[in-house]
Amino acid sequence: MADVNRGNRPLSPFMIGPYYKPQMTSISSIMVRITGIAVLGLAVIIVAWLMLASISEQAFQALNWIVQSWLGDLVLLGGVWALTYHLLGRLRHVIWDFGYCWDVKTSELMGKGMFGLASVVTVAVAAAFLIF
Amino acid sequence: MERYLTDRKRATGMGSSHGGTKHHWQMLVSSMALVITAPIFMVTFALGFQGSYEEVVAYFSHPVVAVIMALSLIVIVRHVMNEAVEAAEDYVHGIKGQLTIVGITWASHILIAIGLFAIARMAL
Repeated sequence: MADVNRGNRPLSPFMIGPYYKPQMTSISSIMVRITGIAVLGLAVIIVAWLMLASISEQAFQALNWIVQSWLGDLVLLGGVWALTYHLLGRLRHVIWDFGYCWDVKTSELMGKGMFGLASVVTVAVAAAFLIF
Repeated sequence: MERYLTDRKRATGMGSSHGGTKHHWQMLVSSMALVITAPIFMVTFALGFQGSYEEVVAYFSHPVVAVIMALSLIVIVRHVMNEAVEAAEDYVHGIKGQLTIVGITWASHILIAIGLFAIARMAL
């Protein structure tokens, strides 16, 4: 076993696609990580916006014109989707860690629920802003 | 001279994470906090981010809003910081990986500090 090439093998996260069929369980899990890192990016925007608001009106407007534009709306709605999806995905981890819902069928159902519920919440928030 | 090591001492640090299950437990705790904090944060932010400069400052300087924003900032940023650290542990290795983790941790805490200062400055 000492001669086995340990350097050039594809590692598991890079197996999906060419070697491994994308499945609800793997994709819904990867999306938890991606949305988590996306939320960190969103936090940078929100903190910058708060910091500028605390300085002066002029400083505030330097970023606010884009935050309160249609592009800002899209980014923030993306943030609603990412944060909602992430919290549901992390809730799934909590459920798993307490020893429930380990079977594939339920795990896949929860994955679909994460995509579905995050989308429903995002559409509901967008609708609420259009109405009010 | 003989050394007397307990089984526990012999096992400590030998796992792949070198830190036992501490990180996993932290993620479990912050996940539960996130499930409660994130919806409250989204509603609070959505209700007040639009409007003029005066309206925004008036809204975010309200004590309840300021406390919710401060708590959310700590809970959410610390959680996604650990999420990013986990990703770095998986994909970036060696000294590059160590420095990436240090960078993520620094940047996240600077973000929290600036955010808390801004909230306090508006509220006080």
